[in-house]
Amino acid sequence: MKHANKNIVIIGGGPCGMEAAYRLKNEGMNVILVEKGPSLGGHLACWDRLFPESIKADDLLDILKNNISDVNCFLNTEIIKMNLRNDAYDIELSNGITVLARAVLFATGFDIFPAEKKEEYGYGIYNKVITNKDLEQYFKTGKDERIPANPKNIGFIHCVGSRDEKIGNRQCSKVCCATAVKQACEIKERFPDANVYSFYMDLRMFGRHYEDLYYKAQHECGVRFIRGRVSEISENKEGKLIVKAEDTLMGKPIKITMDLVVLMAGMKNSEAGIKTAGQLAVLRDDDGFFNSEDSFYNLEKSAYRGIFFAGTCLGPKTIPETINEARSAVLSIKEYVESFAND
Amino acid sequence: MIYEGKKKIWSEYQKDIPDDHYFYARSCIRQMFFTASEQAFLEITRKLMGKDIFETEHHTTCGGIAYHCDAIPQETSMTIIARQFALMKKYGYENFVCSCITSFGLYNETLETWRRFPEVEAKVKEDLWESCHLEFAKPKFLAHTCDLIYKYRERIASMAKYRLVNVKTGRPLRVVEHIGCHYSKMFPSKGFGGAEYPYVLVGMVESWGGEIIDYPERRHCCGFGFRQYFIQSDRGYSLANTYKKFESMEPYEPDMIITNCPGCTYFMDRWQYVIAETQGKTYGGKGHGIPVLTYEEVAGLVLGYDPWDLGLQTHQVGSEPLLDKMGIKYDPAKKYLGVNGKFIGEPEKSPC
Repeated sequence: MKHANKNIVIIGGGPCGMEAAYRLKNEGMNVILVEKGPSLGGHLACWDRLFPESIKADDLLDILKNNISDVNCFLNTEIIKMNLRNDAYDIELSNGITVLARAVLFATGFDIFPAEKKEEYGYGIYNKVITNKDLEQYFKTGKDERIPANPKNIGFIHCVGSRDEKIGNRQCSKVCCATAVKQACEIKERFPDANVYSFYMDLRMFGRHYEDLYYKAQHECGVRFIRGRVSEISENKEGKLIVKAEDTLMGKPIKITMDLVVLMAGMKNSEAGIKTAGQLAVLRDDDGFFNSEDSFYNLEKSAYRGIFFAGTCLGPKTIPETINEARSAVLSIKEYVESFAND
Repeated sequence: MIYEGKKKIWSEYQKDIPDDHYFYARSCIRQMFFTASEQAFLEITRKLMGKDIFETEHHTTCGGIAYHCDAIPQETSMTIIARQFALMKKYGYENFVCSCITSFGLYNETLETWRRFPEVEAKVKEDLWESCHLEFAKPKFLAHTCDLIYKYRERIASMAKYRLVNVKTGRPLRVVEHIGCHYSKMFPSKGFGGAEYPYVLVGMVESWGGEIIDYPERRHCCGFGFRQYFIQSDRGYSLANTYKKFESMEPYEPDMIITNCPGCTYFMDRWQYVIAETQGKTYGGKGHGIPVLTYEEVAGLVLGYDPWDLGLQTHQVGSEPLLDKMGIKYDPAKKYLGVNGKFIGEPEKSPC
């Protein structure tokens, strides 16, 4: 038997990293969770409610946090160096601590597509254009000066930074359709007199109960779904937004004046995760997300010994999928660590 | 409107071009539409700025109109362009500046085609030698003439005799800027300010004291567009676009329009007359239209050139209300006098 190194470094303190930390701790591993931000939770901490049942994001976050109250978590910490040495990774952290880890789990998550890059939609230029994340913050805090008191027309624009070769992101971000439908229902509940429009290419309501949400949006909330991509947004003299699109079902160009437009910004691989992975020359696919050993049977394994992946660093996915992937990675890491014990 | 957001985008679309030593290619239509714009460019750059801008009578059209109307294939336009570049080299220049937006777009498209398909470049090289016995070359820098005026804008401001300010009220003139589609919509990185919020004309207007209007149909077509004007037999397609733009900008009460494309200047100027005749509507107040000027004409006015030397009498919409606002002195009696005081004729209403 060599040495019983059961140190596991998890990079990323979002839902994936937290769930993996909890399960690895239960398997008797020494877990070190490294989070670059000042708190745990990742994007989940910015969200108000989760589709399809509209459960509170904070309720899930509390569960995940409570599970790892006794795990070593380093906040505001980044990986400075990472080198493979004798079947373990010598990892230097920005807080001065060095860890010799048997395995490393990348749970580095995703970045929300910077909506200002879709310049024709005017995020950061026009006051009344916000993103899905901004809207969740508003739902959570009730504060956002950009959102008018009594909006008459509100538009949701799907696929901002997704399925769009022009800005270099060809992939579907998977969760934005359901998020848009959820948010459309929620904003209709908040502003019952408003007309809510949803501009979509095609609605990918793939999960259980998602179709029910879509049904509710149409039949209970009266959300008007328009199949067509918005070509541009501009602002009129009153500060209202002029949205131009093509209604592909009617075969006509349309122009609607809006009081608020919400851009459903998609997912891209985390820049911080990419930077960290760059130290090991971890391969990425054309879509920018990390490459697994294979995409069917060894999704959580990388091409490198002791390096594992889970969650949205492998591509867009829902929170339940992320949590399941974290658990799957834990099994693989456990097998990997035990393989040394049996030598 | 968040001005800082625009500034951020502008900072991302800046290009590096030399400020001197250019081979100059004229437009095939601008000299007829706006007779003195190109001459004004040469006067400003050569005489006032002391720049080396070379032109030869041997250069031709770029073939852009024929290409975009499907009258000639891309291979033909690429060979025409290769000849223009070869002339540049022959006369000892590395930098190419063109006066037409369609040409600028097509030169960029051609260079990009050659970059992506070296075998096409090799074939054009052969065709050029076979047809013209000229040596193939590519410009080190490609610029549009508005890029140079943009580059010199602060120097022009420092030499200005007039500003884009209403001398009676002291208020900055309210200016609509319209960018030709082929300036940066095809290749956003090739234009100052990119495609969605181009800065090239905004920069000039801001430096010369004016204020830019951001109106809802700012990005909409001017009314030209090769497909809807040359290909469609019904001119209504074109007119409807221009009409839509003017209806959209009307509430902002613009004092003038500045453009950088021959087609845009022409159509936004000429269709105002048609709208006035058919709809009985004018957009400039007191029965006038909104003057539509090229950037060279605006630079010329700011620098104190005589409006009639700049060819403003050849515009459909009279420029006098703008000249009065800027406090520019002009002699109405000389409006239709050309070189050596020769009467050039004045517009009259068609009897039919």
